[in-house]
Amino acid sequence: MFIRHLPIIQIMLPLLAAPLCLLFANRPKIVWALALASAAGAALVAGFLLHAALEGGTISYLLGGFPAPLGIEYRIDAANAILLLLINVIGALALLYARPSVDYEVSPPMRPYFYICFLLCLGGLSGVAATADVFNLFVFLEISSLSAYALIAFGGGRERRAYVAAYDYLIMGTIGATFYVLGVGFLYAATGTLNMPDMAERLAAIPETSSSVRAGYAFIITGLALKIALFPLHLWLPNAYSYAPSAAAVLLAAAGTKTALYALARILFGVFGVDFTFGGELLEYLIAPLAAAGMIITSLIALRQNELKQLLAYSSIAQISYIVLGISLESRAGLEAAFLHIFNHAIIKAALFMGAGCLALRLARSSPVMLADLAALRRSMPWTLGAITLASLSLGGVPLTAGFLSKWALLIAALEKGWWLVAAAFIIASLIGAVYVWRIIYSAWFAESRRLPQENPPQEAPAIMLVPLWLMALAAIYFGWHSALPVSGALLAVDALINGAALP
Amino acid sequence: MSFFAGHYNYIAAIILLMAGLYIVISSPNLIKKILGLNIFQNAVFLFYISLGKIYGGTAPILTGNPAEIYSNPLPHVLILTAIVVGIATMAVGLALAVRIRETYGEVEEDAIARLNRETDRTITGL
Repeated sequence: MFIRHLPIIQIMLPLLAAPLCLLFANRPKIVWALALASAAGAALVAGFLLHAALEGGTISYLLGGFPAPLGIEYRIDAANAILLLLINVIGALALLYARPSVDYEVSPPMRPYFYICFLLCLGGLSGVAATADVFNLFVFLEISSLSAYALIAFGGGRERRAYVAAYDYLIMGTIGATFYVLGVGFLYAATGTLNMPDMAERLAAIPETSSSVRAGYAFIITGLALKIALFPLHLWLPNAYSYAPSAAAVLLAAAGTKTALYALARILFGVFGVDFTFGGELLEYLIAPLAAAGMIITSLIALRQNELKQLLAYSSIAQISYIVLGISLESRAGLEAAFLHIFNHAIIKAALFMGAGCLALRLARSSPVMLADLAALRRSMPWTLGAITLASLSLGGVPLTAGFLSKWALLIAALEKGWWLVAAAFIIASLIGAVYVWRIIYSAWFAESRRLPQENPPQEAPAIMLVPLWLMALAAIYFGWHSALPVSGALLAVDALINGAALP
Repeated sequence: MSFFAGHYNYIAAIILLMAGLYIVISSPNLIKKILGLNIFQNAVFLFYISLGKIYGGTAPILTGNPAEIYSNPLPHVLILTAIVVGIATMAVGLALAVRIRETYGEVEEDAIARLNRETDRTITGL
């Protein structure tokens, strides 16, 4: 009986904990403990949901008992159950990690509000993943985005550019969400419903040349592309991830864009259907070239960065382009590879941003962490640098790591499809990726250390930050060896997404 | 001609959409950008509510007349939600603009970019 209500509990746990934390706003430690407890509870619920979805098929929850398609429905199947687990586990670990980081980066009166916004963002992301109503998706997308803008702005106490970064993200993100709503309006005009499975049925009956449906398609893809930071629409991301407080960057990098990617995949395949999406030319002639160009160009820009977080941010944009390219390959193998990379990249980026946060904490200066600073920390912060190294190896796609598996799967999918240019783009982007990953590792272990005075080297990061960091870093390597779990998860997710349609 | 007369709601929505987007892109002043965003969102609201209108339909509030034709209430409800989201966005945006003014002393984006470049130059010494 309890299982029946799990989908809504998943979303409500962080969303209700947030105003509860407000009651204790003058005791930041209690706020942190409450936030951690609710995120851990949400992670547990996500685990139960995944188990239930894998055993019993799709779980459907009707909000308020109103029957679908009139009411709002939440549907948990293998695709979003895995994403929910990813979001909530990374959210809980990031909250555990956050305490020393937030104590350093956010001023004392603001700290409780940081945790509250973090919970709201977590709840919003879970809502995007769980919902099966297109307008409800917009509402939760905006909940998570607005709290993300606020989360980034909390870094403004130390670095005033965080305010500008949050403002730019707000403008671009709101334009994206408004485009999405416009697209939903066209689809509503064409079908008369907002429920995803119902809309899919009704859209199947409408001819493909219908201009409302095509306009809706174009607007929704453009709107979500802004949220995903697909190549020409990525300009908000580097500053947003670099100047946000480190714990916020962990959540946003690992879960924020991935959730928008999931929303895109869900709408492309769960609403428009495989035939419409793969039959049209948009994916092959617009999205694929943009994603391919984006991979290479943003990897080149990442190569030129001297600040660690900017490099990681541009690398994130490149990896997102990989995933979008995998989706636009228009084949089952491409979709599975894309899902696998969503999972692996979330873990890798979580580890890397946690590591960058540890460095920022111990370096304790007002300027950002530069690559050249890593060399001086070699002796005093070996654990942090070790974890960053492991995660970087996975990012670069070194064999025997998780990153290698998903990049390899993407390459094979492109070759199977016969799209040689795309395969070449993958290889070029991966080579450039290997170079900027090598820059990180070289700066950490082999470069001459010049910048810090050696009398007072920073200590190692506190254990409460090292434990989540190492968990993520080890996971980034472990899932390259024992890949049964993520790979079967990706296969099941694609099955659930496609819902039985025939795929090449 | 009757096509335009019959669809002037949608034409107004298109004009507002383009005007709002143009203001966001072209205006260097942070506050004006937010206002442009608001106009852009209002165009979408206009579009939705025009979709819901039915010939001969009155406002979707029960009048007690059993033979009454009502316009579709669902777009109205959706737009209420979207208006709230728009207000929250505007509030966060204006709060950020206030903070930017406090820390930079400017609300024009080119002046802010110039200040950021000067800070970069002092850090890197170039």
